[in-house]
Amino acid sequence: MTVLAFISVSVSTPITRWPAFVAFFLLLVTTAVLSKIPLLLLFKRALIEIPFIFFAILMPFFGTGEKFEIAGIELYREGLLAGTSIVVKGTLGVLAAVILSTTTTAREILRGLERLKLPAVMVQIASFMLRYVNVISDEMERMKVARESRGFVATGIKHWKVLATSAAALFIRSYERGERVHLAMLSRGFDGNLPSLDNNKATQRQWATALSLPGLALSLSLFFLVIGW
Amino acid sequence: MMNNVPSLQIKELAFAYPDGNQALFGVNLSINKGERIALLGPNGAGKTTLVMHMNGIHPTMQGEVRIAGVVVDSKNKETLKQIRAKVGIVFQDPDDQLFMPTVGEDIAFGPYNMGLRGEELNRVVDEALTQVGMLEFKDRPPHHLSFGQRRRVAVATVLAMKPEILVMDEPSSNLDPASRRELADIVRSLDVTIVMVTHDLPYALELCERSVILSGGIIVADAPTRDVLSNAQLLASHRLELPVGFSLS
Repeated sequence: MTVLAFISVSVSTPITRWPAFVAFFLLLVTTAVLSKIPLLLLFKRALIEIPFIFFAILMPFFGTGEKFEIAGIELYREGLLAGTSIVVKGTLGVLAAVILSTTTTAREILRGLERLKLPAVMVQIASFMLRYVNVISDEMERMKVARESRGFVATGIKHWKVLATSAAALFIRSYERGERVHLAMLSRGFDGNLPSLDNNKATQRQWATALSLPGLALSLSLFFLVIGW
Repeated sequence: MMNNVPSLQIKELAFAYPDGNQALFGVNLSINKGERIALLGPNGAGKTTLVMHMNGIHPTMQGEVRIAGVVVDSKNKETLKQIRAKVGIVFQDPDDQLFMPTVGEDIAFGPYNMGLRGEELNRVVDEALTQVGMLEFKDRPPHHLSFGQRRRVAVATVLAMKPEILVMDEPSSNLDPASRRELADIVRSLDVTIVMVTHDLPYALELCERSVILSGGIIVADAPTRDVLSNAQLLASHRLELPVGFSLS
């Protein structure tokens, strides 16, 4: 939730107040250092956003309205602003999410969501996904090995049919597994509620720690607004 | 008095799938408390169908199934819940059975559905894990365990419900020899009625005093395991074979 709040604050700050973003960035780096994440790892993982910001980088080159030239390249002011905005805000969001996923196991994130009163069904779906993603990827791997053992190499478009059939087979297998799992659940008296083992309430201190990051970001944002930078 | 009630009593059970394929043609079977029996039979004999009747997953169409004297009625939600607590089924693929994020939570699933909470729930979970020697894996996710360990945890998920009768579908399949023996030791240590569906005839001989052969939807043999397995003609006519080189003596 901290991550969500932080992202909301940074997204709702207008891009023209750039000092605020420098401050946000420093805040995140401090958090990362405090939680003992190597910065190199943090940035490596953040590379995942590249395909998403690709179009944002193109934005300054296509657009309408006010134009200006830098080093002989024509740029559009509005496109440039929007593009930078996406890149900067996206990066901040991704960094925050990476910090969360590096410091917290998927299991704990789920527990957190449960405690934050996310609908139980959604938490259950996510937890089943977590449990079976390995099983299904193993299955996919075995199918791939079986294909290749019989001399199949996917090289071009004409092999898509084989791959599509495999995907369909995998889907059906997973679907049938789902049915068997449901059967196993019924056999043990499932009636719609999954147990949750821990009933820990978040302490005030934990709330304070959690709120410090978005809180600081919000106050910085307001500070720059007031002094009019 | 209670001890005289058979754990499982099946009378004239017949069943056909919705597509018209009839799987069971009048099965009669009675298993006393504390017995360990092997349910043998070729592929497609109806073994799984029979098992699915024991806890009301398949509705009883004709005939009657009683668990510790209580009729299995898939329409009666209240008794069905009791029945499912009494009949513990260990499925063949542990990945189907272990669906919770950690081993401990998975074991807790059954007792939780039966209404246990808090300390008591915890105690039952630890007890079941101790019975299969997996206590130190309580907080591990199932996909980090070996296949044999997952099979043992699957047994524990059912033991935690304190079943009257434990049904195991192919318990020795895909196990390496050591895991197979460890599981046998666990099975021997349990004080519960056991029905073991298997193709592993030496395993049946080792663990079960009595064997039943289901073939073509009826029970064709019901006798002490040694007698069943020494009748070569009976085995051959139902596509059952002892492993090459295996001798009963």
